Amino acid sequence: MNNMVFMILIIAGYLILAPVAGFFLEGYDRVISSRLQRRMGPPFLQPVYDLIKLFEKQAIVVNNLETALVLGFTIFTIFSGCLFFAGGDILLVFFAFSLADMFLVLAASSANSPYSSLGSQREFVQMMAYEPMTLLTAIGFYMCCGSFNVSDIINQDVPAIVRTPGVFLGYCFILIIKLRKSPFDFSTSHHAHQEMVKGLTQDIAGNVLGILELGEIYEEVFLMTIVVLFFIWKNPLSYVLGIAVALLVFFIMIVVDNVFPRVKWEHMLVSSWGVTLSLAGSNFLILTMLKIARI
Amino acid sequence: MTIAFILFIFTLLISVSVYFSRDDRVREGIVTAGSIVMMVLDVIFCVWAFGAVNDNTGYLVYLEPESSFVGIFNHVIIAGEIFLFLLISVLSIIHGKLYCIILAFMGTAPVLWLDFTGQAVENGPMLRFDSLTILMFLVVGLVGGLICIYSNGYMKDYHHHHTDVGKRPWFFQSMLFLFLAAMYGLISSDNISWMFFFWEITSTVSFLLIGYTRKEEAVTNSFRALWMNLLGGCGFTVAILYNTFVYKNGSLIELIGMGSDFKGVVIPVACLAFAAFTKSAQMPFSRWLLGAMVAPTPSSALLHSATMVKAGVYLLIRISPLMTGTLPGIMVTTVGGFTFFAASLLAISQSDGKKVLAYSTISNLGLITACAGVGKPAATWAAIMLLLFHAVSKSLMFLCVGAVENATGSRDIEDMHGLIVKMPKMAFVMTVAICGMFLAPFGMLVAKWAALKAYIDSNNVLLVIFLVFGSATTMFYWGKWLGKLFAVLHQSETLRDIIHKSEWYVMYMLTGLVITLCATFPFLGSIFIEPMLWVEFGYKAGQIISSDDVRVMLMMLIMIALMPVLAMFLIYNRKEKMTMSYMSGANAGDDRHFTDAFGGIRPSYLSNWYMEKMFGEKKILVLSLAVAAAFVVVLMILSVGTGIGGGFR
Amino acid sequence: MKISKSPWLLHYDASSCNGCDIEVLASTTPRFDVERFGIINTGNPKHADIFVITGGVNEQTRQVVKQLYSQMPDPKVVIAAGICACDGGIFKDCYNVSGGVDTVIPVDVYVPGCAVKPEALIDGVVKALAILDEKREAMKNHAVCEVNYGGKTKEE
Repeated sequence: MNNMVFMILIIAGYLILAPVAGFFLEGYDRVISSRLQRRMGPPFLQPVYDLIKLFEKQAIVVNNLETALVLGFTIFTIFSGCLFFAGGDILLVFFAFSLADMFLVLAASSANSPYSSLGSQREFVQMMAYEPMTLLTAIGFYMCCGSFNVSDIINQDVPAIVRTPGVFLGYCFILIIKLRKSPFDFSTSHHAHQEMVKGLTQDIAGNVLGILELGEIYEEVFLMTIVVLFFIWKNPLSYVLGIAVALLVFFIMIVVDNVFPRVKWEHMLVSSWGVTLSLAGSNFLILTMLKIARI
Repeated sequence: MTIAFILFIFTLLISVSVYFSRDDRVREGIVTAGSIVMMVLDVIFCVWAFGAVNDNTGYLVYLEPESSFVGIFNHVIIAGEIFLFLLISVLSIIHGKLYCIILAFMGTAPVLWLDFTGQAVENGPMLRFDSLTILMFLVVGLVGGLICIYSNGYMKDYHHHHTDVGKRPWFFQSMLFLFLAAMYGLISSDNISWMFFFWEITSTVSFLLIGYTRKEEAVTNSFRALWMNLLGGCGFTVAILYNTFVYKNGSLIELIGMGSDFKGVVIPVACLAFAAFTKSAQMPFSRWLLGAMVAPTPSSALLHSATMVKAGVYLLIRISPLMTGTLPGIMVTTVGGFTFFAASLLAISQSDGKKVLAYSTISNLGLITACAGVGKPAATWAAIMLLLFHAVSKSLMFLCVGAVENATGSRDIEDMHGLIVKMPKMAFVMTVAICGMFLAPFGMLVAKWAALKAYIDSNNVLLVIFLVFGSATTMFYWGKWLGKLFAVLHQSETLRDIIHKSEWYVMYMLTGLVITLCATFPFLGSIFIEPMLWVEFGYKAGQIISSDDVRVMLMMLIMIALMPVLAMFLIYNRKEKMTMSYMSGANAGDDRHFTDAFGGIRPSYLSNWYMEKMFGEKKILVLSLAVAAAFVVVLMILSVGTGIGGGFR
Repeated sequence: MKISKSPWLLHYDASSCNGCDIEVLASTTPRFDVERFGIINTGNPKHADIFVITGGVNEQTRQVVKQLYSQMPDPKVVIAAGICACDGGIFKDCYNVSGGVDTVIPVDVYVPGCAVKPEALIDGVVKALAILDEKREAMKNHAVCEVNYGGKTKEE
């Protein structure tokens, strides 16, 4: 019973704190980016203003299905996040996230417009590029502590990073795709006007866009929490270490975003699969060898 | 037990009577009534057998070799095999494909010789039923029966559209029933020679159905299917010979009982696996399944996705205890895993709906094969689940594509653009089927998940990598398709629904079946699959998917089911503005036309992404066939080599 | 919070000589940095709050301006940037120019200049923000639901 109460508390904490953390990350991103470009940049709370504004606006839609699908995206993203923070099966969490992403892409497809379609097709390619690595990340945790459950992963004796540095690097690589950072921001981007306009989110507007952005913020927090998870072991202080590393990783993402121009989809696919195979694949081979040798 | 016989004989009788009823009305009546009775009998049998199996030690055996019926039936089999051989020979001569005769001879002659010289060993009961058999009976009976009903309406439309094809639906439908009877025989036999006979019937029926239109392409493809399957039959024959002469054994369960360490056992296992590869269209034998898509859709749905190709993996699942950590096991997992990945890559570049389905079938069969090859209870659990989910979802997919083709005249995925507006009911059914193939709380993914866990636990890094990459590409081609269906066209009318009522009933029932399976899989697992694994492997699988996760998945399923309700609620409570999609301000008013620089109105066309340059058939088909062939050849030689080395030590 | 804290721009060149356009883009550069006010150049009418038009409207761009305007969610403001957008400028009497933007859609802020200076433009945007807030208040009182496919419909 106590366990149950604790779980509910954690989920409630996630629901309330994740947007805070997400807004922090977004603001951090905007400010650092503009400083890197020698600009003053927006106020730190700008992402909050943006989101509130979106909810204040009238919704204009191209069809009703789109709204329902966007709502599905946000609901399932939040649901998967809850599942993760409640200590659930990490593989199932990733599956649930891919279901949520599928809702988003279908929303874009349903708009039946050139830029949305382009964005949705590109998002599919992005999903294809990062999906192997996300699954391998989950498997990496399993190889480390023999369980897919997040509640077990955080109670290990040694942090996962010790055994799975390759998986960690691979995960950071695909994080660029997932966070929609240049050079891999194909389907849509937070940057200004470009060749496919807004791609995936082209025909999603007003408060519907607000719902979507909210979902993306939850997703971002989840993705960064996975980085933290790599550094967690029994010691409560490890959380501080993990969060520090996550912030560092996020900072590197911002630098990468500002330094690299966008590449072609072939490059993205080949490089992310190559990184997955070489880093994570070799990591797994070594782990398996060790495991067999121990037996 | 009598029910099983009645079921078998009844199906055969329908097949015969359908063949001789040339009047459309009469034939359709017989098919519908026959299918319904068959399904009822099937369910009654399964319920009874389930009770009986559970009361016993997990399985039932029938027909001791001494019984007089076996004698009679052996004669029937000899006659049948000779007839099949002659039939293949005659057709091969007519079409000038003499190599098929050689292959047929190589496959059939040794078995006939054994029968005639009385050397065939019958050392155990001829029939054996366990819960896997019951599940297969359910799949064959229910899916098969539904598809037969569907074929009534479909064939009518088919001949309406294809006036250049000779009209012989009686032959087509009769073959479907004959095939079902053979399938019943195949899954209940324990005697390897009997199994082989039914195996050859399914090959031949498939060959006849592929060549149904008698066009040049169909004939070529049918012979390709025939020679590949006959080649597999030869593998089966070698296994029978080895079993007979080395082990003095004719029973599959005895063979399985020997265990994977038994000397020389790798040889029959490798040969049977080879036979299964051809039947389940694993690379390098995958091309026949693509060619088979020229046949009318019910046969694609029944033979080439739901049942016949499952015979191969069924055999692999049966012999999977023999493959734990052996060379044939490595062969099966490698080829299966590779096929899963390569076929899903190939599916990306296809826009013909049936071709995508064919590649996806090959790919999923590869996954099942890989699971069976691991030879651990957990992996085999996943294999059986995959088999069930795939049979139901994929046959539903085929039926949908067939119905769309009859209604719109095209089965190209590009032409399914906006199906949600044009044919909303169809789009719904298709969405369920597609989601059933790859999305989270639905069936296939559960099994894939279990497979992933099993691969990791068996330390097979290569398979894990094949699986994760394969599921990414699988997501891509299904996702593209879903996106096409979901495009909402403005100002477009729904098409007139010309799909027959009977076809709708069948599709709805299959949709219901997909959803039911998703909701009840843990129950199915614990009641049907685990006892069978216990008998086969002798040890328990452990927990495969924890009850917490099952609860979460059910929650997701419910959430998805509630989505439309939520959407309705949203739609009725709106303060929003409808507008056109953004086309740089030049939208001509309906999302499908734009104003060009001269003020004229031009249509726009949204296409999916096929990546021909990277994943086109020209680019990777030959390569992947060659790689798979190399795997098969090298590992077959190694397996047989170690088998002989061990056997004569 | 006021909606004007996060104004997103849509910039459209109706028939400008590109002089004003360069200045509009210049205002996003580090020197002027409009992002200080949370302004983003989205390029997508469906995400935009402020519609900045440069150049007078001609026969080619008339429908496009109308359509882009119709695709912006309420509340929204229109800025006519540069003298051509304000009333047609030196092109006013051309045979194919209908005049300023206000001949096609309602304009809230006129920013003259040839070309418009970034400082003036930023000033105009800040003015527009006040109007945006007013419009939001007005919208709260009577929300409307309209179906408007805008533009030309396909002739059939």
